[in-house]
Parts: sequence; C-alpha cells; structure tokens
Amino acid sequence: MQRFSLSTDTCDLHRRAERDRKRHNDKVKEIIKENLGGIISQQDIITADKGKIVKIPVRGLELPRIRFDNDERERVGQGGGGTKQGDVLGRAPQEGEGAGKQAGQEAGVDFYEAELTLEELTDLVFEDLHLPNLEDRGVKQIMSEHAEFNSITKRGIASNLDRKRTLLEAYKRNAREGKPGWNIKNEDRRYKSWEVVTEPQRNAVIFAMRDVSGSMGEFEAYICRSFYFWMLRFLRKKYSNAEIVFITCHTEAKEVDEHSFFALGDSGGTRMSEAYRLAMHIIEQRYNPREWNIYPFLFSDGYNWGDSECVDLMRSLVDICNLVGYGEIANDIWSQSPHFAPLGQAYEEAFADEKRVCLVKINNKEDVWPALKAFFSKHPELQEVS
Amino acid sequence: MTHAEREYLEKWIDIITEAAAGYGLDCYPTHFEVVPDYVIYELGSYSLPARFSHWTFGRDYHRQKTSYEYGMSKIYEIVFNTDPCQAFLMDSNSMLSHKFVVAHVLGHNDFFKNNVYFEHTDRRMIEKVRLHSNRIHKYEEEFGPLVVEEFLDSVLSIEEHFDTGLTAQFRRKTPEEYEADRLRGDQKPATEYDDLWDIAEGDDPPEPPKGRKFPPEPEKDLLGFLRDYAPELEKWQRDIINMIREEMIYFIPQMRTKIMNEGWASFWHERIMTNLELTPEEHIEFRKLHSSVLSPGSKMSINPYYVGYNIFRDIERRWNGEGDPELPEEDWRGERLQRPTGEGMKKIFDVRRDEADTSFLRKYLTQGLIKQLDMYTYKKEEVNGEDLWVVQDTDWRKVRDSLLEGMTNFGIPMIYVEDADYDRHGELLLVHAYDGKPLDADYTARTLKYIHSLWKRPVHLQTQRDDQTIHFRHDGETFTETEL
Repeated sequence: MQRFSLSTDTCDLHRRAERDRKRHNDKVKEIIKENLGGIISQQDIITADKGKIVKIPVRGLELPRIRFDNDERERVGQGGGGTKQGDVLGRAPQEGEGAGKQAGQEAGVDFYEAELTLEELTDLVFEDLHLPNLEDRGVKQIMSEHAEFNSITKRGIASNLDRKRTLLEAYKRNAREGKPGWNIKNEDRRYKSWEVVTEPQRNAVIFAMRDVSGSMGEFEAYICRSFYFWMLRFLRKKYSNAEIVFITCHTEAKEVDEHSFFALGDSGGTRMSEAYRLAMHIIEQRYNPREWNIYPFLFSDGYNWGDSECVDLMRSLVDICNLVGYGEIANDIWSQSPHFAPLGQAYEEAFADEKRVCLVKINNKEDVWPALKAFFSKHPELQEVS
Repeated sequence: MTHAEREYLEKWIDIITEAAAGYGLDCYPTHFEVVPDYVIYELGSYSLPARFSHWTFGRDYHRQKTSYEYGMSKIYEIVFNTDPCQAFLMDSNSMLSHKFVVAHVLGHNDFFKNNVYFEHTDRRMIEKVRLHSNRIHKYEEEFGPLVVEEFLDSVLSIEEHFDTGLTAQFRRKTPEEYEADRLRGDQKPATEYDDLWDIAEGDDPPEPPKGRKFPPEPEKDLLGFLRDYAPELEKWQRDIINMIREEMIYFIPQMRTKIMNEGWASFWHERIMTNLELTPEEHIEFRKLHSSVLSPGSKMSINPYYVGYNIFRDIERRWNGEGDPELPEEDWRGERLQRPTGEGMKKIFDVRRDEADTSFLRKYLTQGLIKQLDMYTYKKEEVNGEDLWVVQDTDWRKVRDSLLEGMTNFGIPMIYVEDADYDRHGELLLVHAYDGKPLDADYTARTLKYIHSLWKRPVHLQTQRDDQTIHFRHDGETFTETEL
C-alpha cells in the first residue's frame, strides 16, 4: 500500500475565510456605528492627526457561553523555573478594560479591540449622512467621483474572484466540450472589476454659525467645536466643493476664517439675530438661492436678547434655504430639563410644523452624534435629541 | 515549489515515513499537501476543511493570520484525523521545517489511529462537513443569510453542551421509550433481547407513573434535547442543531487528548529528527525550531506540547530503569513505583493507546516533573487596591489536582435539562451541577437569551454561589436573578 502522497498545486476556489472575515469586520463596524455617540465626542479623536489609528474596544464579538467566573477561579500556569508561592504574574485587567487582540482567551476579558484609521472611522460616521433636500440649482455643476463594482473581467486579483461566474463559465465550457461537469480551468476564472462613476454634484453653501458670548463656557465651546469638526470632515469628504461660511457672534456677528472660528470664545452679551442678519446679507451678496442649496446652522446656549427678532429672521431664511438648523447646548438648569431654553422655545413654538427647521438639544458629549444625524439625514423632520 | 524541490521533499517524506515505521509507529497513509499561508490559516480557524461559513471562523482567521503577518506566531502544520490522514504544510517553510513537520505529523497520525478514544470517530468527517456546509448554504439561500447566521449564533453559543460520553452508536430515546424504561424500573441495559426478559419475568403490573416530569431523568445533552423537543423549531433549524452536534462529537477525542497528542507528536519528531542524517546547519535549525515549539507556557497557562512531551520522555526514562535517585517516585496512590527496566518503549506505546489527558496527568505527572516544568496554581487577588494574578501554590499534589479539576467536563460548566414544562407553562428549566465554582452571571445571561431564542419560551437556570441557590431567568427581553 502506498504510505503517502504529496501534492503541491492545490486549486483554491474555496476561500470562505475571506468572506467570513469580511462579515466579521462588518459586524465590528456595526457595533462601532451603534456606539458612535460615545466614540466621536472623545477629545483625542478630534485632535488626532491624519492617519492615526483609533483603538476602539468592542464588546459582543465573542459568542457568549455559559462559563465559570474567572475572577473566582484558581488555574494552573507554568513559568521558566523557580516560581514561588506569592509571586505576582501580572496585573489583572479591570472591568471595561481592553486587553489587546488575544482578549477572550485571557482571563476575564472579553473585549475585542478594533483598530481603525481616523479615515475609516470618518467613513463610518458619514456613511448615512447627507445634505438634506438637496436640489438641482444653478449652472455651476460640480462633479464627484466614486468607484462601483459593476463589471467582470478575465484577469484580476484573487480576492476579486467571482466564484459564481467562474463556476458558470466552467460549466458552459465543459458542456461545450461535451463532458458536462464542474472541472475548472484557468480560462474560466472571472473577476469582479470596477469603474469610476462620475456624478454631477449640486451647488451648496453651509453657514456655520457659533455663539461666542460670555455665557458659552468650556463645555459649550467643546460641543460646538466637536460638532463642526465632524461637519467639516463630512462636507469635505462627501461634498468636496461645497462652500462653507464661518460666522461667530456675540452682540455683533463677524465672518471669520476657519482657524479663528475654532479658536476659543469671546465675552459679552448675546444677540443671535446679528448672526442671521449677517448670513442674510452674505446670501444676498454671494449666493443666489435660485442657484444655491443653502444650509445655515447655529449653535448657542439659548440665552439671548431679542428672541422674536431671531424668529422673524429665521422665517425669512426658511423661505430661501433647504434646511435651517439650530443646536442648543444645554447648560445650568436646562440640561436637567426636557425643554429648550428661551430661544429654543421660541423656535419650537414658531416652527412646530415647519419641516425645513431642525432643532436639536444637546445635553452631553454623546449627543453630538445624534445631532449630526438629525441635521444631515435625508428626510429631516422636527427632532429633539434625548 | 520547483520540480526539483518537490522531488527532494518526496524523497525525504519517504525516508521519514520509513524511519517512523521502524520505531513502530502505526499510521494511516498520509496525504501531504503544500499550500500557501492563507490556506493553512483558513484550515486552522475552521478546524476542518470546507466547514460551514460563520463570522466567528472569519474572526479567528483574521486574528491568526494577523498575528502571523506581524511575526508573532506561526502554524507549521495542520493535520486531520481522517483515513487517509490529511496533512497540510505551509509553502514558505524551509526544507528542514518540512522534514520536522512531516515527522511531527506522523506522530499525530499514529495517535489518531491507535488511541482508544479515537476508535469511534468518523474518519470520513471531511466529506460529512462538506455536506453540512452545502446544506447550511442552501438554507442561507432559502431563508436568508442573516436569519441563518442568527440561528447559528444561538446554536454555537451552546455547542459544548451535549453529552460528552456519547459514542457514534448513541441513539436518543423518544419520550415514549423514556417512559417505558422508567416504568420497567430496572437498570438492565437496553438490548435487542430485552423482550426476552419481559417474557421471563412474567406480567408484573407496572408501577403507576409518578407525575409527568419530562425529561424523566436530567438530560445532559442540551443540543440533542433542543433538536428533538424545542417546540417551535422548523425542520431546517433542527437539522442545523444536529449538524453542529455531530461536528462537536467528532472533536471530542481531540479535546480529550490535547496534551497527550501534542506530546506524542513532539516526542516523535525529536526522536526521528535526531537520528536522521542531517547537515550540521540543519541540526542547528532543527534544535532552534524544536525549542521554540517546546517552551514553557505563557505564565497564565501551560503549553500542552511541552508538558506532554516531557511526560512521555519521563515515562520512557523511568520504565527503562533510569530513575533519578534524588526525586521520590510515587504513583498516583502515593506508593513507591516498581522500577522496570528496558520497557520504556513498550510502556509509552501502551500509554498512547490507553489514556486520555486526565488519566495521563493523574498517573504520570509526577512531583519531579511538576518541579522541573515549574508549574503552579494562581488566582486573582487584590493587593493595595490593585487586582493581581498571584501564585497560590507550588505543592505538586495541589497543582496536579487543580489542573485536573480545571479539565473536568473540558472546563465547561455541566448543565442539565431538568424540566421541559417548568411551572406547567412549557418553560425550560436547566440546572448547573455546581461543584464550588460559580458561574459568570453576565455571560450566562447572554447565553440564556440565545437559548430562549431556540426554546421560544422563558428559560431558567439554577446554580449556586457560596451555598446560596441562585435562579436565573430569561424571557427574551429581560434577565432576572433571584436568590432562593
């Protein structure tokens, strides 16, 4: 009897591992997406450099089992020699602490640490965000490009192998050759391929407005910056040619550059109507509403002089804009209350049935993400966060 | 691999196979396949070729392959318990590594063929799991991949809970058979001649039934029980439970003999390689490779290769009459061992045939070995507000007993189906056979949720913590924990 055989040229059409690996990665992303609220408001992510790896502990990617409580259990280990009673082997991981890739096999830890680049995280954040109610306006068409897997070639890389088509081709060829079956030859292989699709983009301008008065403390400023940080990334990624106008406002409104916009606040009183007035003025000068999709957003703590003036100005903005957003960062008593502060309340009463107005209340860092979703979902409706 | 390389390897496989046979290794024919790294890692993470698709395998594949790409770990070989035995070698291995791996594989091959616990394994399991995979794929097409995935998640979370004492011949009893056995009320084994006993004993009136609890006896085979009695499962779902259960049964002997199997293969790769005609460079490379495989564990665990290898070496030495006079040599009862001479080789072959890890360790992990291998017990302790892993004991009996204790039921809590009509509401009552080690409540809660998705009615689990009886309950939405 032959005691052994050797083969060195295995055909490898059976690559389910890549498919399952992708499914696992998708699940990791699903979980990250569910927890984006907590992740994207972290200081170190906002200040991160491009290309930085963000480590996110993810739970739930182990199937649960009925198992013993590891904290209570005595187990057996093995050292390099001379280990004595009382020797310390290491620090036990704390509750909620990740412990690297091999987690799950080590004691008491069931966290999987997903590693994403900031860019990948950004893609996840923006996957479902859109400029709402975008319409064809004007002549200054902007083109955007993206890749689509939509064709089949005879040459390609292994990971793009289209197994179904390959089998089909093999079956057809075998039938042609008069010996039906699934014998696969190199010539049968088919690969998925992509084409770059170009799509016209519409003109859009975004007004990023921010309350920089004395009542805007460190927390309020942080929320504001955090929201606009992600908004800018999102716009530059998906609508690379959209224009952005930065306005800061206390008792006077100023158009500023991006850098000063993100710098720390000012002091003094608050007249948010000035910001709207300046926005109106800029629209009249530079952005004809027949040619531009217009999106003004304002962030304030809701302590303001002249709320009715704001309501009037906002009403005239609604007539010419696709969506008008107001984000109220709750401080003091308002963070404990389900209601808006006076400015927000005035808007709420005035625009209860207006689909083009989006009001959001932000109580804590985790609310930044729902705010982004509220403003940049495809069909915005009047929403309140938390 | 070039033609010349292939011929060279073939020549050496022949030499090594010849050498193995010369030592008395009794192997199935082996089919060696040289494959790229990703195939090795795919095989490693699915445990069998062409097994069904699931994201947990994809996760393991990702982890193993990443770890390999970062140079942190490497799988040299994958071998499957089939006839002919199938072994896969990584194409980036050096020729010396190939020789090393071939010798190691033949050790596994002999073990699969001759260890008594493998006697009933299905040697055509690769064909079977391929069919399983096709069926599951068909269900994905019919019912949707996400529906099937969710169902697999539930089943896989309890895949360890079947009756580990099963052999391939086992057949479940129907409720009627259970009832009939119970009424018969004796301990006689059920055989095809059972009816003769009935004739012989005449027509004694059976005892009246004492209530209608089902299952009449606690049932350890949770998977089998759900497959047969979960009230609302569809046919394809029962089929999936059955397939997973069959695959798990196939893996049982390997789980049971991990330390022995790796120890045996390592023992033989060393014996064979040491006596081959290798160049001095090859000898050095072999020694490096050998010591990288056979090194102590990670402080928090033991290395089964290292422990098993040293036990086999120790047995051979002792049965050859080369005891170490400085170390007391006692058997597991504490009695002094009779020193045989010249029987080392015969003895290790007997051990590889007759034992599983638990008996192997109990009989042959001696005081001297535990000291030599620097084994200890450890536990979590709070020191100055910090949780640390602290060595508890190095006493050999305590270490050995703790090791064996951890291997009871493969280190998995023993769960029984107690009542399938709990509270007369068709709820499922499970009982944990508590042996002093409490359950992880959080994990248990999440698993119960999965069991609920199979049983479709509230699921209960009774266990203990510090002499207190605890009752867990999950109704699909909420989990409650009550102290009784």
